[in-house]
Amino acid sequence: MRSLTQQPFRAAVLVLVWGWLLFLVLTPNLLVVGASVMTRDPGSFISLPLTLDAYRQLLDPLYLEVFLHSLYMAAMTTLVCLLIGYPFAWALSKVGKRNQVLLIFLLIVPFWTNSLVRTYALKLILATNGLLNNGLMSLGVIDGPMQLLYTEGAVIIGLVYLLLPFMILPLYSVFEDLREDYLRASHDLGAGRLSTFIHVIVPLTLPGVLAGIMLVLLPAMGLFFVPDILGGSRNLLVGNVIKNQFLDARNWPFGAAASILLTLAMAFLMFAHRLSKRRIGEDGV
Amino acid sequence: MATESDLSCSGLVRRFGNNAAVDHVSLDVPAGTFFSILGPSGCGKTTLLRLLAGFDKPDEGDIFIRGHRMNEVPPNKRPVNMVFQHLALFPTMSVGDNIGYGLKRKKVPAAERRKRIARVLEQVGLPELENRDPQELSGGQRQRVALARCLVLEPTLLLLDEPLGALDLKLREQMKIELKHLQKQFGTTFVYITHDQSEAMVMSDQVAVMKNGRFEQVAPPEELYRQPATPFVAGFVGDNNRLAGTVVSVADDVAAVRLSDGAVVRGRVASAGLAPGAQAELYIRPESLSFSQTAAGGGSSSLQTRVRTTLFDGANSRVEAESNGQALFARLPQDGTAPALTPDGHLELSWDPDLARVFGASPQ
Repeated sequence: MRSLTQQPFRAAVLVLVWGWLLFLVLTPNLLVVGASVMTRDPGSFISLPLTLDAYRQLLDPLYLEVFLHSLYMAAMTTLVCLLIGYPFAWALSKVGKRNQVLLIFLLIVPFWTNSLVRTYALKLILATNGLLNNGLMSLGVIDGPMQLLYTEGAVIIGLVYLLLPFMILPLYSVFEDLREDYLRASHDLGAGRLSTFIHVIVPLTLPGVLAGIMLVLLPAMGLFFVPDILGGSRNLLVGNVIKNQFLDARNWPFGAAASILLTLAMAFLMFAHRLSKRRIGEDGV
Repeated sequence: MATESDLSCSGLVRRFGNNAAVDHVSLDVPAGTFFSILGPSGCGKTTLLRLLAGFDKPDEGDIFIRGHRMNEVPPNKRPVNMVFQHLALFPTMSVGDNIGYGLKRKKVPAAERRKRIARVLEQVGLPELENRDPQELSGGQRQRVALARCLVLEPTLLLLDEPLGALDLKLREQMKIELKHLQKQFGTTFVYITHDQSEAMVMSDQVAVMKNGRFEQVAPPEELYRQPATPFVAGFVGDNNRLAGTVVSVADDVAAVRLSDGAVVRGRVASAGLAPGAQAELYIRPESLSFSQTAAGGGSSSLQTRVRTTLFDGANSRVEAESNGQALFARLPQDGTAPALTPDGHLELSWDPDLARVFGASPQ
């Protein structure tokens, strides 16, 4: 064994990584935890004494309702992403290699444009005199414009639009690894298509489903600008609450406590994902 | 279909573009037979197996299983099960659930299912492993679970797609013998495809040697070894020495072949239409060659060679000799009867012409 002093590159990399984690991940999170147990102060934002008031406030029926509504919209977003993403990823794994590269490229292209700008673009489409309403009216499908903007549906459309790639990519990766022999074996042992889907394909792709849910569900609760632009005042996300506490209401302890709630939810999902992965095994010969 | 064939195919053809991967193959497998299809990679054996399993459809020809035409029957409705090359045990299910998978699809009640799973595990020598995950088992155990998963369904026909390929050498030798015993014990008809001639020879009742989509010869292993029907079979099955030359005379089914250095060697005629002047190949097995000091002279054929080296390998020890640039291998008995050999020393190899086979030269 050579010591770190004899391996300067290795030492430098380790210092860099640990330094990064310490100053940019651990410290900010500890500050958030710290802020969440302090008292609100109009002058310097936070002050002593330590208190759990912020967490108590989370249980306020008003905020509980915001949380539940936010969770509901995020869950709907996740469900829609899953319903679109699952067959899409499956098809993606089936097309030829060249088309695959093209399709994944197309999936990634929107990331080159700021998501705020894309959300404003969506507003133009969904507006009362927007592309969608005008298009449908000129086709004679509808007589007058529909109220699309500033509805719960608009928020979910916006979230799905922004988050769908995060559902597709992990699903695509599990479908890529899904060996055709498993499906043949199932067929050979007497299973029809539906049976094979339920008993073989779904369990084998479950890690991808869970990864997709993780990547969509929690970010969906945090993307505050989507309700800001598309949702009107009643369709708030937890992200809006957090943003408002820090920027408008100046209640840092409460904003921090809400953040921690989201972080804990994320940790719980990751834990569930790990469990399922262990069950399914790394290789599965 | 009056005969008691479990599997019978006639004129099977499967084309990919202009290339026929399976080219007019007919075969007939009696019930309870261990039937192997042996061939180099790309010979069409995997395509043929896929046709039998129902994963692919033939362009021409028919497949009958116990007299029932199978061409339009999907894989899940055929009385056929398959052990895949990589086994394809479902990693999300326990051993018991893997084996019970097919029974469940057949709606066998749970109590009956448990009984049959326990029984088949006992039969393959893995009692009480129901609750383990396939990933926890050794390679040989997984192999047997894959077999049990098929055999529990009591198929008419079990297809095996080179399942021993992934095992290490020692385990493979062991599994060969075990597979043969299991086949006899269950009495199920096995169709086994492999590129490993030793696997095919050790386990099979009948072996079909396949090349370029066609069967070159279908015979029991011993016949395949002693009376290969084509030069390809002679070269592919077992070790063989090949000597190329021109036919000088044919008498009493024995052909004399002149090699390029003028030496004349003799062997039994193995293909029709061998006439003086024709290009020919003589095949002689390493164990059929004897060293002239000990061989009885009368009617034998012989060749003068120079010793290159001896290859000691216990019972498989051989001497590598050379005649006119052509390497020849002869078995070196380890019972003290072999002469002392020195590199570059002279060695006369002789053989009984009845043990050598002469074919018209193959196009390649």
